Amino acid sequence: MNKTVNQKAWFLVLPVLLLVAFSAVIPLMTVVNYSVQDTFGNNVFYWVGLEWYKEMALSERMWNALGRQLIFSMVILAIEVPLGILVALNMPKKGFWASFCLVVMSLPLLIPWNVVGTIWQIFGRVDIGLLGYTLDALGIDYNYTQDSIAAWATVIVMDVWHWTSLVALLAYAGLQSIPDAYYQAAKIDQASRWKVFRFIELPKMAGVLMIAILLRFMDSFMIYTEPFVVTGGGPGNATTFLSIDLVKMALGQFDLGPAAAFSIMYFLVILLICWVFYTVMINLDKRDGV
Amino acid sequence: MSDSVSAPGAGTIPGKVTPQTATRTRRRFRPKGSVVVMTLYLVFLMLPIYWLVNMSLKTNAEILSTFSLWPRDLTFANYAKILTDPSWYMGYVNSLIYVVMNTVISLAVALPAAYAFSRYSFMGDKHLFFWLLTNRMAPPAVFALPFFQLYSSVGLFDTHIAVALAHCLFNVPLAVWILEGFMRGVPKEIDETAYIDGYSFGRFFVRIFMPLISSGIGVAAFFCFMFSWVELLLSRTLTSVDAKPIAATMTRTVSASGLDWGVLAAAGVLTIVPGALVIYFVRNYIAKGFALGRV
Repeated sequence: MNKTVNQKAWFLVLPVLLLVAFSAVIPLMTVVNYSVQDTFGNNVFYWVGLEWYKEMALSERMWNALGRQLIFSMVILAIEVPLGILVALNMPKKGFWASFCLVVMSLPLLIPWNVVGTIWQIFGRVDIGLLGYTLDALGIDYNYTQDSIAAWATVIVMDVWHWTSLVALLAYAGLQSIPDAYYQAAKIDQASRWKVFRFIELPKMAGVLMIAILLRFMDSFMIYTEPFVVTGGGPGNATTFLSIDLVKMALGQFDLGPAAAFSIMYFLVILLICWVFYTVMINLDKRDGV
Repeated sequence: MSDSVSAPGAGTIPGKVTPQTATRTRRRFRPKGSVVVMTLYLVFLMLPIYWLVNMSLKTNAEILSTFSLWPRDLTFANYAKILTDPSWYMGYVNSLIYVVMNTVISLAVALPAAYAFSRYSFMGDKHLFFWLLTNRMAPPAVFALPFFQLYSSVGLFDTHIAVALAHCLFNVPLAVWILEGFMRGVPKEIDETAYIDGYSFGRFFVRIFMPLISSGIGVAAFFCFMFSWVELLLSRTLTSVDAKPIAATMTRTVSASGLDWGVLAAAGVLTIVPGALVIYFVRNYIAKGFALGRV
């Protein structure tokens, strides 16, 4: 759509600007402030420059958390995206069952995150949970509070349970937008099922899938509540992801300086990914001629 | 956008009806596999939720002593406890208060902004739009401590409005993005005609434009509601007693009373209910909302 140039439109944006500035810029400046200062208590601060950044950039703790975070995000993406596409391809197209599937699939998305954690905490318990009990009865040694592999498996399955529907819903919306004429043309050409998927469905889904991947990446990158409720970051530090580590540092130990420096670096990483997201999305919009 | 326009168009071409219905019946009969896949997936989704419901209907003694797939000794005592004890049900009330506040604030500021983004280009619009997106993606963990200090220093700590404002950080950008997506679908000629007919901007916006994008407003409201409802870290950090959300009430009571699993499960089930109720109305727009208005 052609947009008219109108500088007065700023007045319409102003409320958003003020509100978001109040809840984003002020807190962020506080963080920046802490990240370059140190204190001996009593609200006496002095300038330390980039000291905390150096400390955090060299700290093994942060790199370990970042490593775990990246592995976690990659694993859940590798599971959720193909699974989501598979589910979307198999969803009923119309009628009662389509609505039924949509409603049931959306259900996990609307459960408060700590309740998601609680559900899986109960579900995985060996004494009272269906999953834990079944695995135990099958002779599999499963204890997510002691064994780090079991803890990882639980957290990953929980995330797949929680968020695969999002990928599926988006892919489904992409599929719905393909006109039937495309399928008819494919049938005339006697295209195989795989070719229909590869050359019709996948390109048409590309836009929404990109959004799905990046949303999932961003959200998993700042996951906090669910693993915190289930494993509390343990056993040891096995499932301590970036946000959990940060909250431990900032609110638990009250190490303001390092936590602030950590926050800023964390935020910069997010900003970078976000920019990639935005650029890719705008280009896709342009390609579709919007 | 062009997709959603062309899709219904393709469906209504006359003469194409017969082959279409033919493929549809074929498609319904062919894939037994798809039924299997969907059934497996839906069972996977429902099992943990079923287990929670199952536990909420048992007594605590039964949960701990016997392992059964359904409640042998059906009881609603867990629900009764939550609905009669103020320290429990006030959690729900508090949550609902700040969620509603947040939805109203978010929509009120997002509507004009989304209109500006969808209709006009102005200095710095692209940068501003991107900056809004970064806030949607901001990790709540980064903001927890500064929010705590900010709201404590202005005397808003432990009030509903503090949580509502904090959640605006990611709900306002989300609402702007979703609404902008819906508004792009409304032809600009409508605005121009209305102005020629002598409508002022305010009247046009409320009387003509908002009804046109009512589904978009509904979806945006739903998403604001949802993200404010599911979020815990910020709402827990910003409250202690008076505005404590149900989610935080759950975490505390568990650790204090030890192992009252039945009540915990019942509280969990009750948090699922509001989402389950509203989801039916927006089921066809959920994907568009999650795609930030870009399907």
